[in-house]
Amino acid sequence: MLKDEDRIFKNLYNDLGADLNSSKKRGDWTNTKDLCEKGRDWIIDEIKKSELRGRGGAGFPTGLKWSFAPKEVGSRPHYLVINADESEPGTCKDRDILRFEPHKLLEGCLIAAYAVNSHKCYIYLRGEYYNEGIELQKAIDEAYKDNLIGKNASGTGWDLDIYIHYGAGAYICGEETALLESIEGNKGQPRLKPPFPALVGLYGCPTIVNNVETVSVVPTILRKGSKWFASLGKPKNTGTKIFCISGNVNKPCNVEEEMGVPLKDLIETHAGGVVGGWENLQAVIPGGSSMPLLNKEISEKITMDFDSLVENKSGLGTAGIVVINKDQDIIKCFARIARFYKHESCGQCTPCREGSGWMWRILERMAKGEASREEVEMLFDVTKQIEGHTICAFGEGSAWPVQGLLRNFKKEIIKRNNFDPLIKSNKDIPYLVDQHLLEKDNAQNKS
Amino acid sequence: MSLKKISKEQPEKFEFNQQSLEAAKKILSNYPKGKEKSAVMALLYIAQRQNNNWIPLSAIKYIAKFLNMPYIKVYEVATFYSMYNLSPVGNFHVQICTTTPCMIRGAYKIVDVCKKKISEKENVLSENGNCSWTEVECLGACINAPMMQINNDYYEDLDIKQSEKIIDELLMGKKPKPGSYRGRINSEPENNRKTLLDLKNA
Ligand SMILES: Cc1cc2nc3c(=O)[nH]c(=O)nc-3n(C[C@H](O)[C@H](O)[C@H](O)COP(=O)(O)O)c2cc1C
Ligand code: SF4
Ligand code: FES
Repeated sequence: MLKDEDRIFKNLYNDLGADLNSSKKRGDWTNTKDLCEKGRDWIIDEIKKSELRGRGGAGFPTGLKWSFAPKEVGSRPHYLVINADESEPGTCKDRDILRFEPHKLLEGCLIAAYAVNSHKCYIYLRGEYYNEGIELQKAIDEAYKDNLIGKNASGTGWDLDIYIHYGAGAYICGEETALLESIEGNKGQPRLKPPFPALVGLYGCPTIVNNVETVSVVPTILRKGSKWFASLGKPKNTGTKIFCISGNVNKPCNVEEEMGVPLKDLIETHAGGVVGGWENLQAVIPGGSSMPLLNKEISEKITMDFDSLVENKSGLGTAGIVVINKDQDIIKCFARIARFYKHESCGQCTPCREGSGWMWRILERMAKGEASREEVEMLFDVTKQIEGHTICAFGEGSAWPVQGLLRNFKKEIIKRNNFDPLIKSNKDIPYLVDQHLLEKDNAQNKS
Repeated sequence: MSLKKISKEQPEKFEFNQQSLEAAKKILSNYPKGKEKSAVMALLYIAQRQNNNWIPLSAIKYIAKFLNMPYIKVYEVATFYSMYNLSPVGNFHVQICTTTPCMIRGAYKIVDVCKKKISEKENVLSENGNCSWTEVECLGACINAPMMQINNDYYEDLDIKQSEKIIDELLMGKKPKPGSYRGRINSEPENNRKTLLDLKNA
């Protein structure tokens, strides 16, 4: 288990208070000025050496991302945008940073803004986090009052303003370009990349978008050194991470652990074990709903880091772990996830907009045992038509969980839906056909 | 994209009151000159707050003028995001998360409680007119599942009995205490956690 002294978020459970004084007592804001005085190149280099990867889902190396911001500010100002949209089902880690460790985030904002030459930082907060927003605003006000941010922030000679921008309940606004559209006052529909936000982002200006957790660990990394951070976890999968363990466990919780911690340890040691015992485990979603499930055998021995999970055809994503035990109907669980994606698709790409609905409807029928044997292949085909054919990664996010289900529970689905389609004679009916065409009389005419 | 029902009964006029006007001006200063449009989401919230928690079409018109935006652009925003109510909701608007992590811990039992106590259908006012309910997607509190949001507050770690009690109080016009209903502290594992031990109750 990670030693307590190596934990970054000492106030994860709010034993100590989130206010500025208490935060300072645990080391926040102590030598921000000295850190900044070492210069932009040093900061970015340290973050590169620490091998910190983004905590928002994609795991992109943070130092590298920062180095994409133009070195000099040209005619367009630079922006720093913090992604606090946290809406991936199974994920609730940023919430605890926002309400209990807001000063880690704000100090991180100053250092990040300094490193990428930005005077303005927007924190895009999901609208439902109203109370967390109040806590965060309190912290921002405290920091202004103490000259930690604002003009000549923390005595660095750098000016930084931080604003909260509230979202209004759209999962897709977590996607970085949709988020920028949303700040600009539009519907949250992702932009085609490239250009990437680092060059053309908010208001067409260079913009760095980072997750709350990513930015919040930066001050501690610089203070304790990139070597310390890199010594935790595994190469390219370094440091600590907040894991959210939800679902059928005895003690659902958030916990900060070392990257590469065995999944079984997280479930058994921290979350009090699977409801009904380990033998009762059916599947685990390891990184938020977009990541394909792991079956029991893999869950038994997998370690929780980006690369191990990719090797096992899944991903660390947001590290939102959802434990599903054998008391649950696994098809129904994924039908509900499919409904989530159908509800949240922004609608601008046809494969995503239509495909998400198809997956949902087929899965609902499969859960009831009303689908035909052949629709199992059809469902897989739909996921393949979405994956890789959309503007943003939401397409993969909606297709992968279904693929994971099919990979691991195909037998179960076929057992429940083991009958032939209405019309056997005509197998080549495209499935984007109206239901009535599949019905008796019409079908015969076609064959 | 969320499904939106736009109220058939619409007030003719909408205007920011003094308090809203001040709030709106303050928000505008958060954004660069010429980018006032960025404030549209915040202004819709302000309108919603002023108007009993829902946004009439006249408010959308008003905001469009206020920000010098085409009406349809504001309308698009108001209909895209699920937190803008375009028809009246109860003084207490109950939103139950039913996404998978909450579902497998019993969220639909809480939906049943709401169906029984508030109204058979979603987004329909209770008989006494002060409550409404709706199903929503993950609210980002999955380790406290099942949970619901009532107006601005989260009610967590629920079971049938507790949610019945909560709804009963709402129907009587009282606001129940937010937070965990199993008495646990925030997101900490219940009973003998294994981390940050020397800090506990420090
Ligand atoms: C559909 C979709 C939803 C996303 N939601 C979030 C989110 O809620 N929070 C977040 O930090 N990143 C989210 N991301 C990832 C962001 O696009 C982006 O990669 C991230 O904010 C970058 O920060 P990082 O490098 O610090 O991880 C989402 C991506 C996609 C495709
Ligand atoms: S993939 Fe889906 S969510 Fe992403 S841009 Fe296309 S339609 Fe929108
Ligand atoms: S699934 Fe209900 S809060 Fe996340």
